[in-house]
Amino acid sequence: VFSFVLMVFVTFAIVGCSKQGTSEPSELATKGSGPAIAVDPATAGSVTGNVILDGPPPVLRPIDMGGQPFCGKAHPSPVPPPAVVTGENGALANVVVFVKSGLGNYRFDIPRKPVVLDQQGCMYEPHVAALIAGQTLEVTNSDETLHNVHPMPRDNPEWNKSQPAGSPPISAIFSQPELAIPMMCNVHPWMKSYIFVFKNPYFVVTSKTGTFNIGNLPPGTYTIEAWQERFGTLDETVTIRPKDSKVISFRFRATSVPGA
Amino acid sequence: MVLLMAGALVTNNNAGDSVPDWPLAYGRLVPPLVGGIRYEYGHRVIASVVAVLTLALAVWIGRTSSSRLARRFGWAALGLIIAQGALGGMRVLLGHPALLATAHATLAQLFFVAVVALSLFTSSWWQQDRSPLDDSSSPGVRALAAWTTLAIFVQLIVGAGYRHGAFGIMPHVIGAAVVTFLVIGTGRAVRKRFGKVRGLRRWSIWLQAFLGTQILLGIGAYWVTLKAAPEAQPATIYFVLTVAHVLVGALTLASSVLLALSSFRMIRPRELAVLGLRAENSARVSRG
Repeated sequence: VFSFVLMVFVTFAIVGCSKQGTSEPSELATKGSGPAIAVDPATAGSVTGNVILDGPPPVLRPIDMGGQPFCGKAHPSPVPPPAVVTGENGALANVVVFVKSGLGNYRFDIPRKPVVLDQQGCMYEPHVAALIAGQTLEVTNSDETLHNVHPMPRDNPEWNKSQPAGSPPISAIFSQPELAIPMMCNVHPWMKSYIFVFKNPYFVVTSKTGTFNIGNLPPGTYTIEAWQERFGTLDETVTIRPKDSKVISFRFRATSVPGA
Repeated sequence: MVLLMAGALVTNNNAGDSVPDWPLAYGRLVPPLVGGIRYEYGHRVIASVVAVLTLALAVWIGRTSSSRLARRFGWAALGLIIAQGALGGMRVLLGHPALLATAHATLAQLFFVAVVALSLFTSSWWQQDRSPLDDSSSPGVRALAAWTTLAIFVQLIVGAGYRHGAFGIMPHVIGAAVVTFLVIGTGRAVRKRFGKVRGLRRWSIWLQAFLGTQILLGIGAYWVTLKAAPEAQPATIYFVLTVAHVLVGALTLASSVLLALSSFRMIRPRELAVLGLRAENSARVSRG
């Protein structure tokens, strides 16, 4: 019986151990028939707009870092969680606006400049980060305490690295496009952020102004999606003609917050 | 129980990955004890103490006990705690595969049950000679208790799977209904057939009491989990109810194991009971 139990658990263990390792793509192109082409700036258009929260922002339970040696000093009083951040007139920050579908077969350069995700005062800055597959994510630690850096993707390899105070940045590359990868620090479990990995450069993370501008978009009909971690997603369809500029607006309803 | 509680606190504080290396912690014997590291490292220390105690127990029983069953269970418990440590290490080194974490939580229950069984096998009550009881009704209490134990064990696996994200809540809810049905059926059978047999009745009462508590805790734990899901930092009640649910789950399984083992110890198998009945009848006929 004992041997059987051990066998069962070894089987569990083997099945459970799957994804390890990372890979770096050398080129990035959207999928389609025929060879990928570069976007012609002479005909490219743009989509601009803003993201608004309809209604008062939900009252979220503040984060109390008391009892944590460094974090408690950095934030002596409870901190509002970054899940819903609004600016003037309901402008909604930390919303990812991106081209969900409709893009043809184009190729894009992978930016050499890394996207930086910093740990400041036991919080992530920015709360939502977006990059292109193959671009480097650089995780820095500005705190005088240790963190562990732990993304939990579905399609990319999961990893978990410690980053004591004063450590050099951790560089990582996500080779597969994937939306809303949760990133967390298990030492300070309130520290959560989201990483978006796209296969094209048509995305924006809104600031407190709630505005976005997606430029250099080739003519075509697109579904533009806005994602917010608490309110879900909203879609808009736009048709861009050569040198066209469209304005759209996303309005999330505050009442759709679960648990609020 | 303290080790189970420490493990549940690691899970509920999302601290399982707060120490990315194993068997050392941040490359040291004692890491900086901040945040989630306190839970994860505390769990490792308590597990190490329990492993040493289990080794001492296995050796001691192996040298002093005349019961082969007790000696075997002593070594089995040692094997289980070693396997559990290795599984815990794999859980740390290989990230957070839901199946691995579920297996770790399940093996914890098996180890706990092995130690509970060991306490019964080494008790003076178990060693005493007593005249066997007969249970001619169907299904028998032995079978009912065994099936109930199996159902509770499966339910604990499903519950661990839900906690670690391997399954949804529905299998756990269905499991709760099955377990409730079996526990009530077993309790009724024990009360009607062996209501005055303390060795069976007490475990049956404990089993039903723990199950009732567990259902209430389960409802509460689910409610606070839903409430905590959108929060960056859950309220204290979340930790209290969810950890209590894990612990009372273990106690429910333990009381069912004790009932099953006691019924196997005290009640004759039905075939023997039938043979005994026939022998008594023949004796009565020949006397008459």
